Amino acid sequence: MSTVDKHFGSVGAKSAYRQMEESIDLSSMEQHLPGDGATHELLTLNMGPHHPATHGVLRLLVTLDGEIVRDIKPIIGYVHTGIEKTAEQKAYWKAIPVVERMDYLAYFFNAYTFCGAVETLTETEVPKRAQYLRVIHMELNRIMSHLVWLGTSALDLGAMSMFWYCFREREAILDLFEYSTGQRMHTRYFQVGGVMEDIPAGWAAKAKDFAQKMPGRVDQYGALLNKNEILLQRLRGVCPLGEDVLLELGVTGPLLRASGNPWDLRKAMPYCSYEDFDFKIPVGTSGDNYDRFAVRMQEMKESSAIILQALEGLPEGPHITDDRKIALPPRHELATSMEALIHHFKLVTEGFRVPEGEAYFPIEGPRGELGCFVRSDGSSKPARVHMRDPSFVNLQATAAMCQDAYIADLIATLAMMDPVLGGIDR
Amino acid sequence: MPDQTGLELLAQSVGDAVPGSVLGTVHFRGQATLLTTAEPIREVLQVLKGQGYRDLMGVMGVDYYPEEPRFGVLYELLDRTALDRVRVKVRVPLDAAVVPSVTPDWPTANHQEREVYDMFGVVFPGHPDPRRILMPEDYEGFPQRRDFPIGGEPVLFTKDDERGDYTRQGEFA
Repeated sequence: MSTVDKHFGSVGAKSAYRQMEESIDLSSMEQHLPGDGATHELLTLNMGPHHPATHGVLRLLVTLDGEIVRDIKPIIGYVHTGIEKTAEQKAYWKAIPVVERMDYLAYFFNAYTFCGAVETLTETEVPKRAQYLRVIHMELNRIMSHLVWLGTSALDLGAMSMFWYCFREREAILDLFEYSTGQRMHTRYFQVGGVMEDIPAGWAAKAKDFAQKMPGRVDQYGALLNKNEILLQRLRGVCPLGEDVLLELGVTGPLLRASGNPWDLRKAMPYCSYEDFDFKIPVGTSGDNYDRFAVRMQEMKESSAIILQALEGLPEGPHITDDRKIALPPRHELATSMEALIHHFKLVTEGFRVPEGEAYFPIEGPRGELGCFVRSDGSSKPARVHMRDPSFVNLQATAAMCQDAYIADLIATLAMMDPVLGGIDR
Repeated sequence: MPDQTGLELLAQSVGDAVPGSVLGTVHFRGQATLLTTAEPIREVLQVLKGQGYRDLMGVMGVDYYPEEPRFGVLYELLDRTALDRVRVKVRVPLDAAVVPSVTPDWPTANHQEREVYDMFGVVFPGHPDPRRILMPEDYEGFPQRRDFPIGGEPVLFTKDDERGDYTRQGEFA
């Protein structure tokens, strides 16, 4: 007999530990199903906040009936940084970099909606060239945001190589941003009254080159994805939501357009010279995940068309308002003009004062209506800055979309919703 | 935005439908604001819905400290047909910061009213899920109020802890 057998003893006789273990009665802990004749029970599952498929720190409490989702409660606030509070402590021009960091994929939009609200309060006229430069940068930003969405969403659905192609093009856009603004992200390029600097020599040609190539690239993405049976099965007819419910929930942007409602603020209530450009609003028909996907793909092409038109028709003139009470004087004036020096000093130390009042400035962000509410109490710091972030409002549609769908479809739907948690939590 | 006359007409029709609700109008920089009392806010918004403002695009809180009544709750309404926006504003004091919830009529207000409660402490009776949304559930205070200090978050450092240097205690226990 080996030592091992000796240790366990003969078969049949149980060790003291085994006997102790078996003496414990677990029947009192068994849970009985509620209701008569119930054969199964609901399971509440926590998903996130650290889960790669939630596209950020989103936590979902999912009530499951087998594999079927019965209810979802989104829990947010994990990246709440109090940006609205911080903006109240800063002079208007210093608040721009802060608000840019809310929705970190739409920084030009955040900056524009804040500047737009302040320009409404100060009644500042923005030069035409600045408006066109803003449009070019915002549309590049829209393509960039959609590329991040497409790359990460395709990754969720198992199409790994899409991620690299999308980030290749995104890299080209970030290079353009770096070339014109000095920064790749959170550029602080938009100022109240215009943009910080004119575009450098050669930038327009590079941007044009990119905008000409981009529709072809979108076709290539389509060729990779549109005939992929796995992807189509996970998107087509999955989690549709009708126009009426979306409108009730305040959903805007590509999600609403996928259901067939052509609401786009760029067309409906034009701002920033969008009325000068010829572009189409892509809409879907059934409002399912495939439509959400297709609408955004098409939007990238339309944005490219807007960029080309804006570059083509880029007017000459100043890139920022010549109101010295609001915008910094040009550098060369500081050496010769005492008045310019005073303006410079006042703007840099105190900032400019904004007349008392309130303004709400809505624009069409990559995810829907992005609006900034600014209240001024007459001082040089805003008394209230509030962002109506589209992701925050659109998130309420998750439960309606995913009700009675499979949990795997929940992942696909979440990807097609494109929430950005930096914007939701602010 | 309705022009000055349009806003007055709108205020007139709201005042006729819900007597005593309209407190005033503000037309500033081309944007129209209707000031109303807090109690009949559901009826007021229903009247405006009937006038074509079918979409509630935003609910926001504002602290007008040191003015009184201190808090404002703003409703941003949109008419998609006439391409028109109007803002409805109610003001409530600190000791009665209560505004009836409009979530039963406008499901989109759900998250936004929770945010106003979370940040300002305005209570919305009738809300289906009146909890904090961005701050932790056990958080005390309403951080977006104007008298809430920035940097007012107490941070527990080990040096300030009464129990002393607990990391080292654990090490030698």
